[in-house]
Amino acid sequence: MKILNRKTVILAALGASAILTGCEAPPPETIQNGYRGLQMQTNYNPKLLKESLEANVPPEAIPPAAEGGPLAKDVYKNVQVLGGLTVNEFNRLMVALTNWVAPEEGCYYCHVNDAGFEEDGIYTKIASRKMLQMTQDTNANWKDHVADTGITCYTCHRGNPVPEYVWVTDPGPGQPTALAPKGQNIASSTVAYASLPYDPFTPFLLQDNEIRIIGDTALPQGNRRSIKQAEWTYGLMMHMSDALGVNCTYCHNSRSFYSWDQSTPQRTTAWYALRHVRELNNDWVVPLTDVLPDSRKGPLGDVYKVYCTTCHQGAYKPLYGAPMVKDYPSLQGPVPEGGLAAAKAAEETAEAEAAPAEEPASAEAAPAEEATEEAAPTEEATQEAAPADAAPATEEATEEAAPKDAAPAEDAAPAEAAAAATDEQAEAQAEESAPAAEAQGKAKAQQQPQQHPPRLQYPPPSMMRYPPAPLQYPPAPQTR
Amino acid sequence: MAEYQNIFTRVQVREPAFPGVDLPPGSLPRLGKPIFSYWIGKIGDAQIGPIYLGFAGVASLVCGFIAIEIIGFNMLASVNWSPIEFLKNFFWLALEPPPPAYGLSIPPLGDGGWWLMAGFFLTASIILWWVRTYQRAIDLGTGTHVAWAFAAAIFFYLTLGFIRPVLMGSWGEAVPFGIFPHLDWTAAISIRYGNFYYNPFHALSIAFLYGSAVLFAMHGGTILGVSRYGGDREIDQITSRGTAAERAMLFWRWTMGFNATMESIHRWAWWFAVLTVITAGLGILLTGTVVENWYLWGIKHGIVPPYPSEMTIQDPALLQGVSQ
Repeated sequence: MKILNRKTVILAALGASAILTGCEAPPPETIQNGYRGLQMQTNYNPKLLKESLEANVPPEAIPPAAEGGPLAKDVYKNVQVLGGLTVNEFNRLMVALTNWVAPEEGCYYCHVNDAGFEEDGIYTKIASRKMLQMTQDTNANWKDHVADTGITCYTCHRGNPVPEYVWVTDPGPGQPTALAPKGQNIASSTVAYASLPYDPFTPFLLQDNEIRIIGDTALPQGNRRSIKQAEWTYGLMMHMSDALGVNCTYCHNSRSFYSWDQSTPQRTTAWYALRHVRELNNDWVVPLTDVLPDSRKGPLGDVYKVYCTTCHQGAYKPLYGAPMVKDYPSLQGPVPEGGLAAAKAAEETAEAEAAPAEEPASAEAAPAEEATEEAAPTEEATQEAAPADAAPATEEATEEAAPKDAAPAEDAAPAEAAAAATDEQAEAQAEESAPAAEAQGKAKAQQQPQQHPPRLQYPPPSMMRYPPAPLQYPPAPQTR
Repeated sequence: MAEYQNIFTRVQVREPAFPGVDLPPGSLPRLGKPIFSYWIGKIGDAQIGPIYLGFAGVASLVCGFIAIEIIGFNMLASVNWSPIEFLKNFFWLALEPPPPAYGLSIPPLGDGGWWLMAGFFLTASIILWWVRTYQRAIDLGTGTHVAWAFAAAIFFYLTLGFIRPVLMGSWGEAVPFGIFPHLDWTAAISIRYGNFYYNPFHALSIAFLYGSAVLFAMHGGTILGVSRYGGDREIDQITSRGTAAERAMLFWRWTMGFNATMESIHRWAWWFAVLTVITAGLGILLTGTVVENWYLWGIKHGIVPPYPSEMTIQDPALLQGVSQ
């Protein structure tokens, strides 16, 4: 008996220590980011944080190029994006770019060795041109997400020709055809090993399914989002939390996830970030589908795409907020006519005249016009769709008629404006019934650029749909 | 006397195996020859068997077996029949209810139909097992308290998997069969409906659940503590209160001012346990059918404490002129 007890004690001790090795050593470092007493705080393990800080250091900036000199477009051939830079600045950027993206492969990763540097005969050159434009567009137009910190190639690439963290649509484990894929319930690191949907990226970072699921009324008033749908949103949130190395309370007051008035300012940034990433994927990355080889594609033939981890890599700000782009003015936006120096001079004159607000206003007017044009076909689609009770029919109709080719314009404003117009139309025409409301939502959801084949039916569309309930207390306001 | 001051039973009574009282005429026979287990004797009566299943018991086991087979084979199929992946992902695997788009219609087998079928057999199994607990109590001439406590738990189970989904108009609202998936579902329903923390029935259920644990510890501790005075003969002490009962009651009167009796403590425990699941069921039943957002419901009824917001931010979707 005594021997048995002793063995049991030893075994128990071994078991306990085995379990304890899975724990992080206390104490964690906590940073308060909400009102006191709410446990709104970010927790860091000092050891892991140190490792992360060391891993997220930007490279030294290359000394600034000498000013003046001829423009790249006058000296080199086939310079489509950076032609407005001086030759010095252009070459400096090319060196930096090589260090950031292909330090081992060198210039000939993107240039053809024998054919001259202007030759476009290699896919990496086409891709990097697109990526340069993407970087400029991001720094110029998405300050709500990247602020003045901005991004450079290094933010994602970190010395790798293909960024380390990318995603493709996950077809899940192979399954007998008799089983409809559920998209969840497999141990997956993308959602921090929960049994939540393991590919929340396709529906939210490529397609624009509704992320919000929580009702904003105390009593039911027609919010038909299901618990299953909540799990998709939950999966996306797990990814964001994991990618930024923060917990829920970094953005939300967890007592009421949906309330904006209790959220932290970071949630606003994240809101723009989601839309930004969606645009990155649809406008910049997916159009490269035909250019990139199969080695840069997933099992379904879709290209490697961007998600939060691509840049953030576990830090709440990529590279812990190191302002890299300030050293590379050529990446801060599309290179203006006449080069950076001319633009700077023009800016100074503008400041002197003290009329800075005019320019953005006029810039915005143009997309708005486009939007009105586009709204017309969409409207038709909605007319067709509104009376239809069955959601699938609606979807198809809208899909066919919607001006999808026009959508991937550089500015996303037209798409939104068109959707808004659609909403108004639908409201005015339809007898205000629940199916019509559904149709509105669907029309909105379909306002996205065409995806390259295969057309992804993922997550299963039925997962995101929800018929009106036979019993509802109280009835939705429209029917009362 | 120190024999009783141990977390395990130190005294094991050994008698010839007791097969039980005579069964009423027409009953199926009891199965198995009784054996004695020393280790089982550490935590309970050492005698194992015979067991009486009867019609309801056999039918319940058959239905339960079918349900578990359906669930298990669906899980296995969801990893393409790979036994290794099945073991690796066992805690993650699930048989999911149909997607919400099917409403309350009968979906194809592979898209939730198996879930409906598994749910049917599992429910049949559980209800047949309830019939069995009820019949056994009647046949043994005892009260049916256990059966009704079990019925309360079945009410909660049916609320989650049947009554609420029907009220909501979608099987997709029900709980998946799976270890982690049903836990994720639990988190998701709370998030979807604006935080169960402000659901008063959720709060009551937790109070009764924790209360049950506390009562169990209090009662167990008290009886073990007075067993040296014969307190372990609780039933005798109900009608013929001895020094054990007096001391136990004095202990609680002095420590918390109030004492249950040898009888009423068991009613306390029964009601706490039963109310745990009844209040839980009510909380689920009201969610989504009557209340959309428990947090806002809490604000409306003044149970949410306000505190200043450091920085009030706005929903960017409502701002004019933002891109997208």
